[in-house]
Amino acid sequence: MVHEAVSPSPRLLAPKDLSFLQQVLRSHANDPTKLLQILREVQEHLGFIPNAAVSFIAEALAIPRNRIESVASFYSFLHLRSQGTYRVLFSDNITDRMLGSQTLMERMCQQLWVQPGKVSEDGLLSIGTTSCTGMCDQGPAMLVNERAITKLTHQRIQEIGQLIRNRTPLSDWPADFFQVEDNIQRAGLILGNTLAYGETLQASLTLGGSALVEEVKRSGLRGRGGAGYPTGLKWEACRNAQGEQHYVVCNADEGEPGTFKDRVLLTRQADLVFEGMTLCALAVGAKKGFLYLRGEYRYLLDHLKGVLQRRRESKLLGMDILGQSGFDFDIEIHLGAGAYICGEESALIESLEGERGVPRNRPPFPVTHGYLQQPTALDNVETFCQAALAIHMGADQYSAIGTSKSTGSKLISVSGDCPRPGIYEYPFGVSVQEILNDCGAVNTRAVQISGPSGICIGEHEFGRKLGFEDLPTAGAFMVFDDSRDMFEVARNFVHFFAHESCGFCTPCRVGTSMLKQTMDKIAGGQGTHYDLAEVENLDHVLQTTSHCGLGRTACNPVLHTLKHFRPAYESRLKSLSFKPAFDLDGALARARQMTGRDDAGAHLKENE
Amino acid sequence: MSDTFQLDGQPVSFESGQTVMQAALAAGHYIPHLCYHPEFKPHGSCKLCTVKVNGRTAASCTMPAEAGLEVESDIEELNALRRTLVQMLFAEGNHFCPSCEKSGNCVLQALGYDLEVHSAGFRHQFPDRPLDASHPDILLDFNRCILCELCVNASAEVDGKHVFALAERGNSKHLIVNAESGLLKDTNIALTDKAMSVCPVGVIIKKGVGFSIPIGERRYDQRPISEQALDDAPRPPSGAKHE
Repeated sequence: MVHEAVSPSPRLLAPKDLSFLQQVLRSHANDPTKLLQILREVQEHLGFIPNAAVSFIAEALAIPRNRIESVASFYSFLHLRSQGTYRVLFSDNITDRMLGSQTLMERMCQQLWVQPGKVSEDGLLSIGTTSCTGMCDQGPAMLVNERAITKLTHQRIQEIGQLIRNRTPLSDWPADFFQVEDNIQRAGLILGNTLAYGETLQASLTLGGSALVEEVKRSGLRGRGGAGYPTGLKWEACRNAQGEQHYVVCNADEGEPGTFKDRVLLTRQADLVFEGMTLCALAVGAKKGFLYLRGEYRYLLDHLKGVLQRRRESKLLGMDILGQSGFDFDIEIHLGAGAYICGEESALIESLEGERGVPRNRPPFPVTHGYLQQPTALDNVETFCQAALAIHMGADQYSAIGTSKSTGSKLISVSGDCPRPGIYEYPFGVSVQEILNDCGAVNTRAVQISGPSGICIGEHEFGRKLGFEDLPTAGAFMVFDDSRDMFEVARNFVHFFAHESCGFCTPCRVGTSMLKQTMDKIAGGQGTHYDLAEVENLDHVLQTTSHCGLGRTACNPVLHTLKHFRPAYESRLKSLSFKPAFDLDGALARARQMTGRDDAGAHLKENE
Repeated sequence: MSDTFQLDGQPVSFESGQTVMQAALAAGHYIPHLCYHPEFKPHGSCKLCTVKVNGRTAASCTMPAEAGLEVESDIEELNALRRTLVQMLFAEGNHFCPSCEKSGNCVLQALGYDLEVHSAGFRHQFPDRPLDASHPDILLDFNRCILCELCVNASAEVDGKHVFALAERGNSKHLIVNAESGLLKDTNIALTDKAMSVCPVGVIIKKGVGFSIPIGERRYDQRPISEQALDDAPRPPSGAKHE
């Protein structure tokens, strides 16, 4: 992409915008660690962050203005130039594509006379794509000004186009556009719990911190974000770490394409999430907690704030929780702004501190040097729910569920080719085939477990079981039937990684985009065996030298599909060992157009 | 007495707080590196200094030294990776060595020669990166930027100015300056700034002094970088701490 120098804005801030800006800055006490939140709020109000606002914020926070540009430009949902009054972003996960998102987007662009990725000439709108918005069970989906719209159809697209053309404010659009279903297909331990809010906390209050840690350790609970680190050990290390303050952070930056379980947990079980965080605070000795909510779930903010407020009023948060003197804890919600990498724990902490979401060097780990370099217990939304239940049930009863190394239940986000997508909760140890049966999938060719960074398995492996012993998963379960082209699936994932690479380290920054180009070359019918060899070379460099998990797993989609579905690649290859990506005949298209010729003589023959 | 680890079979002693790279350089052992600079806190982005520690790969500039580590560096497997990384950096930007003022003094070029990078390896990206020639004394040629962040850190930490920062992400990531106009002439950069002298490649160029030392007589034209890098390493170590 070409970058242009930011030109001075002719538009100075209007008095009402200036007073809004001042109010936002005041509400964040001019604290530079709140920069991302400040920028988000400014963008929500003005539609983008104009140059004049950048200067004003820089002065108020006493930071260089290029730091603001640096941070703002890192996040997909923040804009330093106007992207139109209506910013339409189609969710571009493979599951959205399988439901026809590309045709819908083309249609909408035609209807509104705009080119993808460009702002319309009247400045009214822009249409583009964004990474998975977490609505795979009710796609195709889009975001309009960061508000989620689900179940897109040609008719709905037409209606949206009309509303935009009429400049109807988003608040006056039909409410059913914004309806997000929970689609709970199978409830278990968590989704079926009937606990009253505060019940677990009340019962565990007298246990004390070290007993809570012991209970979680004995329960065998492991993190549900994918890596599976034992939660009790993490809490213990954080509890024992020296620091001025301890923090609890809940990772609700559910960015892995195909995952949407946290969306449902935050909708239906917000109390259990906050209960788990509060128990963790008691265990590690924290007074402050954060919930890092992905920008795509902005629509949940008011609901979550409401739950927090109710909990404060019920003495479940705040000073002297439930009357226990000295047990003070409160939770603040931070919103992300469109960056998958912020799901990585140290990048998430950087983002919480108002920085670019670049993963830190580890060690040291967040348990000793996390938020503001203080001991921080950072867990996934589902992990906090599981922890609350493990404590409530007791370790013995909890660890009897699941398998020996994977205790408890797991929420699975099922999407793709099946009649019943949605959330399924199973004890660990469930087989892939059992889930396929339950969601009604037939003629299944492959399942992508745990998203693009996870693994793709073929039919002969459907007997494998979910759990840390065999198939670890953060919860995504994308089903592909025999009508699907697995090469295109992998290509979609490769594009995703290139788009989401933070650009910090050489192998990932360059490697993911080289990989994208190679896959596009193969898709364009220009690929050769040389390109497959290059893919393998890139895999090796990415896996061995990347800074974080994004780069290390970016090749997985290609490696796994090459292993199982090599013909999908080979059928596209030229039989040559090498062919340049440059298309000589294609390059003459302009000359043909100018001379009005399109006869055989105006074309180059293959291999000429 | 300080502790030791093994580097390619040789004992290297280190002090608490040193990284593998810092300890190795202080002890007179060269590990290829590009974004690492002895005067700044290592951040490990270029990955050229990747070594194997007890069988697992890690960036040696940020890896804390520990007693008993078995570190491998000068082995073909790692040098092959380093070659690929250098190829990636060359392909990512627009590097035309014959006409570059930094040729012969360029760390990227010197590493290319020293690691025996004989081919492009990757398709060149030919990104469109306009120059910033607005400043009367200084030229910014972004075509050559390898995003090592040394100028960002030098300007912030030594000069106290924050002239440089990085914008966007992924392969759109690029250097920006601290001015509403986006132009270097509107910043407070000065020729005497540390940021002027840390660029390992040819992005930050002083105007009006082109080719005063002929190509062929420049630093890395004399001896390969692997023989000279140790001259830059402070001994005993500066104590730059890894956080």
